[in-house]
Amino acid sequence: MMDFPLLSVLILLPIIGGAALLLCKQNNKLARQLALLVSVATMLLSFLLYIGFDSTTHQMQFVERLSWVATFNIEYYLGVDGFSMPLMILTTISTVLVVIAGWQVIEDRAAQYMSAFLIMEGLMLGVFAALDAILFYLFFEAMLIPLFLVIGIWGGPNRVYATIKFFLYTFFGSVFLLIALLYLQFQAGSFSILDFHNVSLSLTQQIWIFLAFLIAFAVKIPMWPVHTWLPDAHVEAPTGGSVILAAITLKIGGYGLLRFALPITPDASMTLDWLVIGLSLIAIVYIGFVALAQSDLKKLIAYSSIAHMGFVTLGLFIVFRITANEAITIGIGNGQVLAIEGAMVQMISHGFIAAAMFLSVGVLYDRMHTREISAYGGVANSMPKFTALAVFFAMANAGLPGTSGFVGEFMVILAAFQANFWYAFLAATTLILGAAYTLWMVKRVFFGEVANAEVAKLKDITAREMWLLASLATIVLLIGVWPDPLLNVMHASVDHLLMQISHSKI
Amino acid sequence: MLFALPEMLMLAMCCIVLLVVAFTGNRRIMMVHALSQLTLLMTFLTVFWMMGDGGLTFSESYIKDPLSDLLKLAICLVNMLVLSYSYRYLQDRNLLQGEFYVLALFATLGMLVMVSAHHFLTLYLGLELMSLCLYAMVAMHRDSFAATEAGMKYFILGALASGMLLYGMSIIYGATGELGIEAIAAALTNEELNQTVLSLGIVFLVIGIGFKFGAVPFHMWLPDVYQGAPTAITLFVASAPKIAAFAMLIRILTEGMGDMLSVWRDMLIMLAVLSIVVGNLLAIAQTNLKRMLAYSTISHVGFLLLGVLAGSQAGYAAALFYTLVYALMTLGSFGMILLLSREGFEAEEIDDFKGLGQRHPWHALMMLLLMFSMAGIPPLAGFYAKLSVIKSVVDVNLLAVAIVAVVLSVIGAYYYLRVVKVMFFDKPTQQPHIQAPVSVQYLLSGNVLAVLFLGLFPGALFALCARIFS
Repeated sequence: MMDFPLLSVLILLPIIGGAALLLCKQNNKLARQLALLVSVATMLLSFLLYIGFDSTTHQMQFVERLSWVATFNIEYYLGVDGFSMPLMILTTISTVLVVIAGWQVIEDRAAQYMSAFLIMEGLMLGVFAALDAILFYLFFEAMLIPLFLVIGIWGGPNRVYATIKFFLYTFFGSVFLLIALLYLQFQAGSFSILDFHNVSLSLTQQIWIFLAFLIAFAVKIPMWPVHTWLPDAHVEAPTGGSVILAAITLKIGGYGLLRFALPITPDASMTLDWLVIGLSLIAIVYIGFVALAQSDLKKLIAYSSIAHMGFVTLGLFIVFRITANEAITIGIGNGQVLAIEGAMVQMISHGFIAAAMFLSVGVLYDRMHTREISAYGGVANSMPKFTALAVFFAMANAGLPGTSGFVGEFMVILAAFQANFWYAFLAATTLILGAAYTLWMVKRVFFGEVANAEVAKLKDITAREMWLLASLATIVLLIGVWPDPLLNVMHASVDHLLMQISHSKI
Repeated sequence: MLFALPEMLMLAMCCIVLLVVAFTGNRRIMMVHALSQLTLLMTFLTVFWMMGDGGLTFSESYIKDPLSDLLKLAICLVNMLVLSYSYRYLQDRNLLQGEFYVLALFATLGMLVMVSAHHFLTLYLGLELMSLCLYAMVAMHRDSFAATEAGMKYFILGALASGMLLYGMSIIYGATGELGIEAIAAALTNEELNQTVLSLGIVFLVIGIGFKFGAVPFHMWLPDVYQGAPTAITLFVASAPKIAAFAMLIRILTEGMGDMLSVWRDMLIMLAVLSIVVGNLLAIAQTNLKRMLAYSTISHVGFLLLGVLAGSQAGYAAALFYTLVYALMTLGSFGMILLLSREGFEAEEIDDFKGLGQRHPWHALMMLLLMFSMAGIPPLAGFYAKLSVIKSVVDVNLLAVAIVAVVLSVIGAYYYLRVVKVMFFDKPTQQPHIQAPVSVQYLLSGNVLAVLFLGLFPGALFALCARIFS
């Protein structure tokens, strides 16, 4: 099992499959079938990661290590731990959903569309599996190319502006990451991320490196105030693009903080935790209000994504406050574990819920070709099956107990209480705000009088859409009532991370 | 003396081509083309066959070392591609004349001499041979107002630069009493030399080199020449001469003046940073693709200088890698303009690429790869070129320079993205066919795929570059 290069296969299969798709130029039917085949195969293979995963250790697993650019000591170094493995499975599942969601919708250059998503899948899996800093950067940047094209070619009317803004924003963030990685290599003598974890740095060095990481990943997450590209990109992107953006690319920002900022610069993270906590709380509260004011369905969900990602960054950085409060008790308390695991669960859960929300909007948009909330009303009358599912996802988005949305937020809020009452108080307002903007949207779109003749003529979802949404609902519900399978795989990694950040590097 | 065999062979063949042209005029242009390609191929093979042992010849004024071998191979290869890409374009414009081949071959010979020069005078000889041919080539399209203006500008500014370089050489000669590269390096170890005079000499040398590279503030000629010259000539001027200029830079500054690193480093920092800033900012405003690529060249020159000014072996190796990758990318992008041009139509405005993604998806994909490579996005060769020079700068603790460079490269990404944007996001306004022969299309695709391949597996070339400077 260990000898089989599972991670390489996972990364290369979709990339090669995507390149092969480019060959079936006009044959949309064949392209779709091939894309589905490749994405399902990748998904099934990724389940092997979960089956073969040893959750008792924090060590990297499924490791593959080859020299790549010997002159610079850059390696082809892959491996997964409890943080990256769940995110990889999230990636493969999301891609299957995107392929199915684009089945009848994308008629224009379908082969290229599917190909872009498959290549993107391979690159995103590479981001999560890379343990060499340059390899990570390579996947991290290369991912922009297909997404840039997806938004620019298949997007809405203002797509060019949105996609260039998206590209330049993220590229701007990541060049600082590159400088930081080069500087770290200069200090550590290798590009291995695990070596970076052990290199000792003075506080000043750490602060600069931390700021570089923060810029790179804050743009991706995105945190207030560098979030402005996200609503534009989401609104203009085709449904599949929105799903991938929300489900995965945002998670790469959170993952980057986990993998780079916290363990490499723990002292700087502790010194500057007020900054991240402050920005997270602004994201949760202020962006919550902004979401309330949206008249565009996709924009509303985009802003709610920013608010939800605020929980992830909050969870990651209140750890330091909890530690400070428990200075007397030695060792790692329950609060820190709760905070980090809460952040992780929130990432996974938001991946599925946001994907479901965007797919639901996609269902409406395909029929009505508008995203304006005011154009809808009384959809429940003509689309009862769809309404049931969409309302369920809306509830999950608002953090209803029993859904996965509740688990992560609740864990982070609980942990926040151990850090500072007011953090917890402010974070908890999301339960009200989230419910307010989501349910108000549900009311305006699905319930009430049938708004116009077009809504009355709406056809309910097809079997394809039904399966798509139902499977997502099952996952959301499963994580909601039984998060243990997810939590168990990350315990060891979380403990290890907490140990790393509790040791000063100065 | 045998070390100069490739150049002698080249010279002999140049004369043969000259005679053939003189007697047949333009009637047998196909044959001249084939003969020129054969000349380059033979030179390439000779250099390849003689690889390995090296040494000095012609009273230590000529050197054959791994650096010269690699650069000569690159120059021959690049020029073979240039001639292949240009053929149809020149034919359509009635420019396919014997002079073109004669001048191109003599220019190539000049480049080879520059690469192997181990003496200031040999270097100057090679430089002038190359430059004079280039001036004439730029002005070859006699009826074109822009081309003659470009040729004139190039000639006057180029002559000025050569003068500066020569003046710098004479000052160095005055200070050290030597003209040979190695002799100067030995003389510089003497502490009693007048440092002020030496520094003055270096200023003029750096100005001369800056002119030839087109580094800011000596870049004025570059956009006009790139835009004004027929695209095939632009391609020739933009690719191989940069490789030769790199050799000149290495021979003079690092091999000859290595001990004066602290003096010329600050100058190069200024040239590099200004080039990156000005090149990237001015490129944004361009609507003409050739002019945009000219400004992008200026910024690439800035990046290349970053590697040299690091003053480390890793830095020189990085700059060498950058030069080679730059030549490959430039070949590809101007080759693409040539490919899309046809009789009576120049595909040199950015808008001429509108909707290429729908008209010719494969060529649009190739252009996309080139643009992303130039912007420094992985997994393409341009990324590793940028990575290696920035790494070498970070390694000598010039962090501020590195940060300026990467921030400006984000701005640079914008204008490359604009080309991708018009190709893929805009609707086509015209439906022309590509008239270039299939073989050239394959060649161009191979060229671009090489950029992708070098991005995925840069290890071998990196190792080669590192070995040359170790």
